[in-house]
Amino acid sequence: MKNNPYSQTLDLKNGRVEMIHGAGGKAMSQLIEQLFVARFDNPILAQQNDQASLQLPTGKIVMATDSHVISPIFFPGGDIGSLSVHGTVNDVVMSGAKALYLSCGFILEEGYPLADLVKIIDSMAKAANEAGVQIVTGDTKVVEQGKGDGVFINTTGVGVITDNIERGANKIKPGDKIIVSGSLGDHGVAIMSLRENLTFETTIESDSQSLHDLVSTMTEHTPEVCCMRDPTRGGLAATLNEIAQQADVGIQLYEDDMPIKEQVKSACEFLGLDPLYVANEGKLIAFCPEEKAEALLSVMREHPQGLDAAIVGEVFADDNNFVQLKTSFGGMRMVDWINGEQLPRIC
Amino acid sequence: MKYVDEYRDGKMAKQIAENISQAVHSDKTYHFMEFCGGHTHAIFRYGIPDLLPNNIKMIHGPGCPVCILPIARIDSAIELATEHDVILCSYGDMMRVPGSKRRSLLKAKADGADIRMVYSCADALTIAKDNPDRQVVFFAIGFETTTPPTALIIQQAQKQQVNNFSVFCNHVLTPSAISTILESPEVRDMGLVPLDGFIGPAHVSTVIGSQPYEYFAQEYQKPVVIAGFEPLDVLQAILMLVKQVNNGSAIVENEFTRAVTAEGNLKAKNLVADIFEMRSEFEWRGLGLVPYSGLRIKAKYQAFDAEKRFTLQPSKGRDNKACECPKILRGVKTPKDCKLFGTKCTPENPIGSCMVSSEGACAAYYSYGRYQL
Repeated sequence: MKNNPYSQTLDLKNGRVEMIHGAGGKAMSQLIEQLFVARFDNPILAQQNDQASLQLPTGKIVMATDSHVISPIFFPGGDIGSLSVHGTVNDVVMSGAKALYLSCGFILEEGYPLADLVKIIDSMAKAANEAGVQIVTGDTKVVEQGKGDGVFINTTGVGVITDNIERGANKIKPGDKIIVSGSLGDHGVAIMSLRENLTFETTIESDSQSLHDLVSTMTEHTPEVCCMRDPTRGGLAATLNEIAQQADVGIQLYEDDMPIKEQVKSACEFLGLDPLYVANEGKLIAFCPEEKAEALLSVMREHPQGLDAAIVGEVFADDNNFVQLKTSFGGMRMVDWINGEQLPRIC
Repeated sequence: MKYVDEYRDGKMAKQIAENISQAVHSDKTYHFMEFCGGHTHAIFRYGIPDLLPNNIKMIHGPGCPVCILPIARIDSAIELATEHDVILCSYGDMMRVPGSKRRSLLKAKADGADIRMVYSCADALTIAKDNPDRQVVFFAIGFETTTPPTALIIQQAQKQQVNNFSVFCNHVLTPSAISTILESPEVRDMGLVPLDGFIGPAHVSTVIGSQPYEYFAQEYQKPVVIAGFEPLDVLQAILMLVKQVNNGSAIVENEFTRAVTAEGNLKAKNLVADIFEMRSEFEWRGLGLVPYSGLRIKAKYQAFDAEKRFTLQPSKGRDNKACECPKILRGVKTPKDCKLFGTKCTPENPIGSCMVSSEGACAAYYSYGRYQL
C-alpha cells in the first residue's frame, strides 16, 4: 500500500500554524511542500534533500547571513519576507559579487495565521525572483505561543565575485569620495510610524529593495569603487563609524549634501531623532577614488535605484577615526557611534 | 512655515555671527550660561562654537531634567518596577540613566521588569485602562514644560476613575535652580565664575512666561535673554546679551516672541497649581538639596500619588566622588577638567549626571565636540 500523505488538508485561508507543523511528521512535510516548495519553485529545492548542492561559476565565493525579527511584520513598502531577501542579497552584493542562492530558516509561532504566512512566502518568492536568486534550502521550526513574535526568518546568501576585484574597508584611502545612493532614513521612519503608541500619519514607504542591479552597473562602469556597504541598523552614522575604524581613517561629511526627504526630516524633528542614525534597507554607501567619483555619480543617477545619489563626504587621514560633519549652519560636529537605540529626547 | 529648518539658515547664521564679532569688545571675555539642555544640544548639534569669537565662552547649565534627577529617585523608580510589580511608564531618555550599582530602567527591563517607554503621559493612562488588573505608574520628570501634561493626566485619571493609575512625581522648577547657581559662593562671593548673562529657557518660558526672570535681572544684575531652541535663536540671543553687557544693562529680553509672552500660559499654570504643591526641598544631581525646587502631588489627589500608594525604601545612592558634575553645572569647571571624562565616564557607561543624556554638557562635549579636545 502506498505511503499516504497527511490526510488533513492545509487550510491556507483560515488555518493557523500548529506545533505539529514543526514536528517532523506528515503535517510538516505538507506545509513545506504546499508553501515553500510550491512557491519558491526551483529544481534544486524540489529535490527536497537536507542540503542543496550548487554549481558555482569560477571566482571568489561570498557568503552572508542575516536574521529578521521586524515588528510590524507588514509595513508600507514591504514585509518581513521581502526584507529577508533584500537584506541578505544586499549584504552579498556589497562585495561586488553576483548573488545566486539563498537558504531560509523560519521560526514560526504557534497560532500564526497561515494566510499571513502565505503572503510572506509569496513576497519572498517575488523578491528572490526580482533579485535573480533561488531559495534552495530551508528549515522550519515552530515555537509555542508566546515564545516568538509571529515569524522570524533567517536567510543566508551565496554569491560569486567574477571580476576578481577585492573590495572592502581595507581598500579605502584618504582622499576617496563617499557617495550615498539615495534618500536616507525612509525605512526607519516608515517602521516607526506604525509602532505601538507612536502612530503618526506619513506617506513614507520603506526603501527595502535588492541593490544587485545598481551594484553591477556601478562595478561595471567604475571597477575602482573600493568599498560598498548598506547602512541598515544605526543608519549612515553607525555604518560610517564602523568603516572609519576598520579602514583606520577619518571621515568628513557635508550636511548640505545629504539626501533626506522632507517627511523624514519632519518625523525625526518631532520624535527628537537624528536622520543620520535612522535605518535604511535599500540604500548603499560607496567609496571611490576622487577622480572617478563624478563619473560614478552620474552612472548611479541614471539608474532607477540611484536617482537621488549624492557625494556626501570624503575620507581623510585621522588616527582617531572620527566621523565629522560640516553642518548646514556653518559649524562642525562629530557624528558619533550610536549608543543603543536612539531614544527620544524629552525637551 | 514648517518650523523644521527655517531657523537653521546658514546664510543668516553667518550674518548674525558677523554682527556678534563686530559687537564684542576685543579686550573683554563674555561668559554666558545657557540654562537649558535644549540649548546645549543645539549649540553642539549645529556647531555654534565655531561661529563665535574666541572671547565668548558658553557655560552649560543644569537644565537637563534627565541629568539632574538624583540616584535615589532612579532607585525608587526601579524599585517600583521590580519590587511592586507595577507597569512603569517612562519617557525614552530616562531609560539609560544609571542609579545605584549602575542599574538603569533598561537593565531592570532586561531582568524582567515591565517597563514601557512612552512618548506622552496620556499613553501611560491608556496602558492603565487597558490593564485594569495591574498597577500602572507614570515616572513623571521634567521642568515646567512637562508638568502641565502630567497635571492634566492626573485630573483625567480622577475624573475617569482609573484607580490602578498613579504618578511618581519628580517635576522640578527652573527659577529655584537658577537662584541656587547665582547664590553659590563661587559666583556670588568669590567671583570664581564670571557669569555675564543667561540664555533663558525656551519651552519652560512658554508656560511660566518671561516675568519670573525679572527677579534675577534685578537682584543679581545679570541680563537674561529668553531664546528658542533653534540655532538661529541661540545666536541672536548671544548677540542681544553682548549688547546688554556692553551697555551695562541687566534686563529681561525675549528673543522667542513667537512662543513666549510675559505672563506665560495661564491655563497651564492654573492646572499645575490645582494638582501640585512645592516640596520644601528636592535633591538635584550636581546641585544637592535645592530649597523649594520640586513639586509633589497635593493631598486632594493623593490617591494618584505613587509615593503614597507604595512604600518605597529610602535609597542611599550617592554620586561618584571623583565626578566634577557639580562644578561643571555651576560653570566652575568644564568637562575636560574632569578626570573621569572620556575615560571611565562615557555615554555608553555614564557616571556623572552631565553624561547621561545627550543634553548634558559632558555628553554633548563627548558626542559632538570630542574632535576638538
